[in-house]
Amino acid sequence: MIFLEDIHKYYGHDASRLHVLKGITLEINQGEMISIMGSSGSGKSTLLNILGLLDSFDQGQYHLAETKISTQLTERKAAELRNRFIGFVFQSFNLLPFKNAIENVALPLYYQGISRKNRNYQAEAMLDKVGLGDRATHMPNQMSGGQKQRVAIARALITDPKVILADEPTGALDSQTTEDIMQLFKDVHAEGKTIVIVTHEHEIAEQTDRLIWLKDGNVDLPPAEVMASAERS
Amino acid sequence: MIWDSLQEILFTIKQNRLRTILTGFGIFWGIFMLVLLLGAGEGLKRGIESTFSSDVRNAIWFSATKTSLPYKGLAIDRYIRLTESDLVAIKQQVKGIDILSAEQQLGSSNREPVYVSHKNKSGSFPVYGVAAGYFSIKKFQDYHDGRRLNDFDEYENRKVVVIGTKVAQALFPPNAPVVGQQIIINGVSVMVIGLFYDPGWEGRMSERIYMPLSAYQKTFGKGRYIQMIAVTPKTGSSNKRLVEQISAVLRDRHQISPDDKNALRIFDMAEASENINATFFAVNLFLWFVGLGTLAAGMVGISNIMIISVKERTQEIGIRKALGSPPIKIIRTILTESLLVTVLAGYLGLIFSVGLLELYNYFSDTAGLSTAYFKNPQVDMGIALIALSILVFVGAIAGLIPAWHAARVSPIEAMRAE
Ligand SMILES: Nc1ncnc2c1ncn2[C@@H]1O[C@H](COP(=O)(O)OP(=O)(O)OP(=O)(O)O)[C@@H](O)[C@H]1O
Ligand SMILES: [Mg+2]
Repeated sequence: MIFLEDIHKYYGHDASRLHVLKGITLEINQGEMISIMGSSGSGKSTLLNILGLLDSFDQGQYHLAETKISTQLTERKAAELRNRFIGFVFQSFNLLPFKNAIENVALPLYYQGISRKNRNYQAEAMLDKVGLGDRATHMPNQMSGGQKQRVAIARALITDPKVILADEPTGALDSQTTEDIMQLFKDVHAEGKTIVIVTHEHEIAEQTDRLIWLKDGNVDLPPAEVMASAERS
Repeated sequence: MIWDSLQEILFTIKQNRLRTILTGFGIFWGIFMLVLLLGAGEGLKRGIESTFSSDVRNAIWFSATKTSLPYKGLAIDRYIRLTESDLVAIKQQVKGIDILSAEQQLGSSNREPVYVSHKNKSGSFPVYGVAAGYFSIKKFQDYHDGRRLNDFDEYENRKVVVIGTKVAQALFPPNAPVVGQQIIINGVSVMVIGLFYDPGWEGRMSERIYMPLSAYQKTFGKGRYIQMIAVTPKTGSSNKRLVEQISAVLRDRHQISPDDKNALRIFDMAEASENINATFFAVNLFLWFVGLGTLAAGMVGISNIMIISVKERTQEIGIRKALGSPPIKIIRTILTESLLVTVLAGYLGLIFSVGLLELYNYFSDTAGLSTAYFKNPQVDMGIALIALSILVFVGAIAGLIPAWHAARVSPIEAMRAE
């Protein structure tokens, strides 16, 4: 599904150039649910953004569902691939504040040229599925963090993408809500979706099939205490 | 698909009310102020213009009063009266005259008005006898009905008159026919053949009655005297020379000292016109200054609002891109949105300001509320539309630059913007 080989990423230019990813090689299979952990600044978000075609990389090979992603990928092509293959869930939800739940969920379908009636119908069904059928017409500022994240997950699922990428999706939520959201991810996973979750929480990593540990821009073995807690589960 | 995009845009406009109102208000205010100022300037111009009569602008008027110097044994303070033979003499002796005409007024020595009546209505108005060619000088009278006096009226001693609109208002019921009716002037019945409006002296020149000079002299027994001589130069001959030569003829005929500055009164319109032109030039300059200043302020204002409002949307742009919007679609959406809002707001600004001007005109007309130096403010629609296009265009460009930038940066960078 996802195949990375020797991916390098730099930020900035010349003297202030920062080598953020130092040759990441990684394979993620279809239907896998994996987590990415690592200390702050180790490059987790950067890696996820590259996977999601939200950011470019400078060197290396990237194949996404049999499509070769070039380092020179145009914004137009990237937008199309994102729309078709990838669903995003962000820590800060990133809903459009002036659209209600249905309209937010339906937005990716708008960019596929699906009619308003059809996409609103699909969006409503998807909101039902994430357990928000009764909040369909609420605006984001009328919803709790957990509810907003459900809307975001519904939006990520609406185009039936191959991969769901989530950057600290529970980072802004309390533990009970975190559990609910994780349950939702597991349900989605059970339907066969590939899911990648960046997280700081061991409890979350423990619920995934596999853990990838980043250290200073490289994939590394997890530290002993993380291994231990992973084995306990 | 296009309809769907439009719906999406209209929805965004509706949901972001404050932004829409601010953007729209920028253009609205710019156009509103511009039209009002330009309209006011035009009113100023017309007001000044209206204080001048309908005479052609290069006419010279001669009249005579008392001498102020003794001459050839004649005493000082002698009254000089111009006559019809002066006209003949001028015609024979002075070259370069285009139109030569004269007027005589009833009750001329003290200019008292004359009793005029029609059926049971009456009023007092100045009555003028005017020589052939007179209406070639009073060229810009506006005839509402009938015709002006012509040379045949003069040669055939017809007892006909043309009357101003103010006279008709006093003598006739509203909407009653005026042309073809008889009116009585000092007991003499004459027929009205024309009804005119003369904007001169803020419309007071429309309180006059004109009659052919020959019939006038016979009817009212004024002999061969005339009160004013009017002259226009042929193209190529100068007013100054005409003034000198005609003055010389009149001085000679009436034994006036060449040094007597008082006996002949000369009003050279061309000289006055020069002052008028200088005034108009200043007014025009002022108008351009104000207009361009307002436009520039509007341009800066709308640019600021556009830049801020698009910047504010950077995060929205990032999210939309992350969800699969092609960059070109982002730019197109923002452009359409800004055009919709600015064109509509500009249109409203145009309607409100022009409406306000028209309202002023309506009330100042019906209430007869005409102020000196301000009249009938109006704006050139072509100029207003050009100004509106400039504002809309500048607004679009100002919005396009940040939109372009936001559409080009990576979605993650755009989403991070706060
Ligand atoms: N746009 C950018 N410009 C310059 N440097 C950046 C940029 N984005 C990230 N970095 C740097 O790249 C490194 C990796 O950042 P990244 O956001 O991937 O870390 P992270 O592992 O997600 O950290 P956290 O756990 O705090 O979210 C950091 O040192 C960060 O400062
Ligand atoms: Mg991060």
